[in-house]
Amino acid sequence: MSDHIVTSFDEDLKELAQRISEIGGLAERAVDRSVRALVSVDAAVARKVIEDDDRIDELQREIEEKAILTIARRQPMAQDLREIMAAIHVANDLERVGDLAKNIAKRVIAIGGQFQPQQFVHGVEHLAELALEQLKNVLDSYVGRDLDQALAVWRRDNEIDVLYTSLFRELLTYMMEDPRNISFCTHLLFCAKNIERIGDHATNIAEIVHYLITGIALTDERPKQDTSSLTSVEYKDA
Amino acid sequence: MNDVSASSLATAATATVEQAGVGDNQSATKVTAENVSVFYGEKQALFDVTIDIPECSVTSFIGPSGCGKSTFLRCVNRMNDTIDGCRVTGLISLDKRDIYDTELDVVELRARVGMVFQKPNPFPKSIFENVAYGPRIHGLASSKAELEEIVVTSLRKASLFEEVKDRLLEPGTGLSGGQQQRLCIARAIAVSPEVILMDEPCSALDPIATAKIEELIDELRANYTIIIVTHSMQQAARVSQRTAFFHLGNLVETGATDEIFTNPKDKRTLDYITGRFG
Repeated sequence: MSDHIVTSFDEDLKELAQRISEIGGLAERAVDRSVRALVSVDAAVARKVIEDDDRIDELQREIEEKAILTIARRQPMAQDLREIMAAIHVANDLERVGDLAKNIAKRVIAIGGQFQPQQFVHGVEHLAELALEQLKNVLDSYVGRDLDQALAVWRRDNEIDVLYTSLFRELLTYMMEDPRNISFCTHLLFCAKNIERIGDHATNIAEIVHYLITGIALTDERPKQDTSSLTSVEYKDA
Repeated sequence: MNDVSASSLATAATATVEQAGVGDNQSATKVTAENVSVFYGEKQALFDVTIDIPECSVTSFIGPSGCGKSTFLRCVNRMNDTIDGCRVTGLISLDKRDIYDTELDVVELRARVGMVFQKPNPFPKSIFENVAYGPRIHGLASSKAELEEIVVTSLRKASLFEEVKDRLLEPGTGLSGGQQQRLCIARAIAVSPEVILMDEPCSALDPIATAKIEELIDELRANYTIIIVTHSMQQAARVSQRTAFFHLGNLVETGATDEIFTNPKDKRTLDYITGRFG
């Protein structure tokens, strides 16, 4: 797209885009680290995730302020306006992603020293890999204004949902097998739920990217496969 | 799985455009232009403009200076007739009647199609006389009382009466710029026009006076068909239901105002409204 006659308007938009890149990178790192902290039950890494979340929150506020100022100063129209609205929404979603990673980190600290069969974590780890990939792809689609890539992310969220539902069953089963698993598995379940929500935020961002590029809201119902709220596992007496 | 294919997205896009097109379908077409071209001597200023202006709504014309929007506006009440060497081709009709028909009375046409200019231009007469002048020469009042009635009603409709009711006999030129512009609108309304053309009516006014005119335009559209030429994109977005973008003598794009300012279809429109070329 050609440049604005007023070059400082371009600078405003560029600055917003740069901060989105920064907050995106930080959110990705927070998710990655929180999951690694969970897998290795590493409280030090977990604490780092919690500390670093402040910067994500701060960036989100900065982006919002910058966006409001740009709207007031430039009275943007059409694509420019969508650009700014998208920045606000994307920053919001990424701030929530940061919070969810922070919540996982807090749980890592809480479960430290408990009975922790490590094989239980594999499913959550796999779920996190998927969610991270979605997050990475959607941020790439935002930076590259790539509609196809955004739509691919949007369609793929059901994989995370399906995996989450099966993980839900698996963890319930472990809990029934041995009540000593309950505390750890419950924390794991919340971590898995957090990761599933991170996936949802990735699809939210995909919808924003679609709107940003086309000016049309994605209204079709997204395929929902998270049936864990309807799932139960029957207890069988051994 | 609910798959979104490229084609279903394309359909959604078309549906939105069509919806925007019929967004104000409750109003009939008041003014129609078909293949209108305007020449100033050898120079062509307007190329094949075709547009429908809906009744009782506000249509704004936007575009860079010299794009032909004011030229087209002046065709609608045949103001271009007064310019030497100006030639208009194509068809413009008001209520389906060709306004360039040789049998048509231009004076009557200009009573039906009023105009408000960029700079307020009250007559050097009293406030009362400024408004009474039109109805008097058109013989719209049969008595002094009736004329007074028309003047008061017009001033009220132009949201000016309360501010000037105690000084109706003072000169119109003594009012503030914003008040003068509302006086000119009252003067235009006094002859009961059906269409009001406004050529940058707020460009000489401060923001408060501008807001009052915009509020007035919003009220007037219940009863009048309004066409406004403006250089303020925000103003076009605020006051109009439909917007037409002109560029280099061509009508580039017409659509629902909400659509033009959020998601225009033509790149030239997009570049213009986002401030990418002038």
